[in-house]
Amino acid sequence: MKILVPTKRVPDTDQKIVATADGTRVAVDHIPYVINPFDAIALEEAVRIGERLGESVEVVAVGIGGEGYEQQLRTALATGAHRAVHVVCGQTLDPWNVARLLRAIVEWERPQLVLMGKQAVDDDASQTGQFLAALLDWPQATFASRLELQGERIRVERETDHGIETLNLPLPAVVTTDLRLNEPRYASLAAIMKAKKKPLDLIDAEKLGVTIDPRIEVLRYRSAETQRRCERVRSVDELIERLRNQVGAIV
Amino acid sequence: MRNLVVAEHDGTHLRSASLSCLTFAKMVASVTNSDVAWLVLGHGVEDVAAEAANYVPVIAVDSPALAHPLAEPFSQVIAYVARARRIDVLSAATSTFAKDILPRAAALLGGTMASDVVRHELVDGQLQCDCPQYAGAVTATLRLTGSPQIATVRASAYPAAQAMDSQAHAVEQLQVVPAMLTARAQYEGLKSKQKSRPDVTEARVVVSGGRALKNSQDFERLVGQLADVLGGAAGCSRALVDAGITPNELQVGQTGKIVAPELYVALGISGAVQHLAGMKNSRTIVAVNSDPEAPIFEVADYGLVGDVYTVVPELIEKLQYHAACATG
Repeated sequence: MKILVPTKRVPDTDQKIVATADGTRVAVDHIPYVINPFDAIALEEAVRIGERLGESVEVVAVGIGGEGYEQQLRTALATGAHRAVHVVCGQTLDPWNVARLLRAIVEWERPQLVLMGKQAVDDDASQTGQFLAALLDWPQATFASRLELQGERIRVERETDHGIETLNLPLPAVVTTDLRLNEPRYASLAAIMKAKKKPLDLIDAEKLGVTIDPRIEVLRYRSAETQRRCERVRSVDELIERLRNQVGAIV
Repeated sequence: MRNLVVAEHDGTHLRSASLSCLTFAKMVASVTNSDVAWLVLGHGVEDVAAEAANYVPVIAVDSPALAHPLAEPFSQVIAYVARARRIDVLSAATSTFAKDILPRAAALLGGTMASDVVRHELVDGQLQCDCPQYAGAVTATLRLTGSPQIATVRASAYPAAQAMDSQAHAVEQLQVVPAMLTARAQYEGLKSKQKSRPDVTEARVVVSGGRALKNSQDFERLVGQLADVLGGAAGCSRALVDAGITPNELQVGQTGKIVAPELYVALGISGAVQHLAGMKNSRTIVAVNSDPEAPIFEVADYGLVGDVYTVVPELIEKLQYHAACATG
């Protein structure tokens, strides 16, 4: 079976993220880029499925973006993807247009499973996987914390607000991954060397027959203000007094 | 402009987050001089529909095929109703339910969507939405183009709508063709958590524990008990979920739940940016941590440097004493 893993290249959000002074963009120039951590979890899961089921599994990582993307796709190959596809596109893309480009890739590659992160940690939108499932008219399971392939079906445990829900889907399907699914490995040096010889195909976005049709325009960004002046109290009694006198939040 | 709010419910009652989303929709409606309706989907939802009708008119689709919130039939029905009723703005409160289903419906309708709206404005009849990004470090103002416009709305950013005291609104039972209700995904079950305490997203007080809590017994004894004394919910940081000490439903943060209660008490939580993203808009924040340099203090109103294992039992005891004095 073929598993397609779309990845997004995002600024490393362990770094401090702020808007530029003029609000036109997020100041990311000094910040290293990484594969979206949720997509890294999806990739890890695909690689593990491959390790369990053997050579019948092919894992294909996909990235959409400008030239800088090659480094992240090489990382994906070093992590265990067999092949990577770089859709070269210089335009800013919203989730709708990413999903439309991915649909074109899915129709070309014909995977049985699309595994991707439940959200990207830059825009936090959590839309693309669901959009893609709808565009393909495939079943979906979002926020997966456990996967089990059962022949032509996949059993998915999902993290919901009210507990763990279990779904059983026929393939092909789109599954988006939550944090607890696995812990992605680090690529070994040997794997990084080997990844340099793995195939990385480039496709021009225009050749996919998708006209980019933006649905979202970002008018401005601003940094969140979290200015609170923390008053240090010295004892439990003092804390209770503050809460009772100044907050009234204690019932 | 017509507005439709997808109601989330537990089979008997509306979830309170949906009432906040209704406020968003009513605000949009009042500016555009238009109307608002609920869409209630499920099986055996007469009670929910009747409750919802205390606020605005209800469109209800009741079918065994909608007994569980499966993305395929739910999104197909939502998209159908939105088209048939020429809906301009379709919304639901941000939750795992809405995040699963609404984007799928949005794609069926043409893909214009904002996630987790915390503020909005109508400019020339077009919706502009403030949406937190980068775990809340940045807020982006988005202009949506195309119609209908679809949004998940952060419940803590809007007050809950008030019910009308006068007569209830109409409930319209809508029939849909069986093909619209088909799902390839099969629902196998839900392992739900215990319901002894309110959900973190619905409580006025949230007490959360972090890495300082060493096991689930200690979590229950310290965090759980303080939550009970304060009549609130128990929450946690990701560290405890990863360590297997608490279930994921309790997680507050970028990858968990976003809360803004009146009082948030952070016990032994260092304050990673992912956690702060989930709670920093709480009205009053109290932090207890043994590390005086912990970043949690930067977002707190009151900070107490100390070991939660000694501070919290004292706090519980004294609060119980105060409560006894107040009632006695």
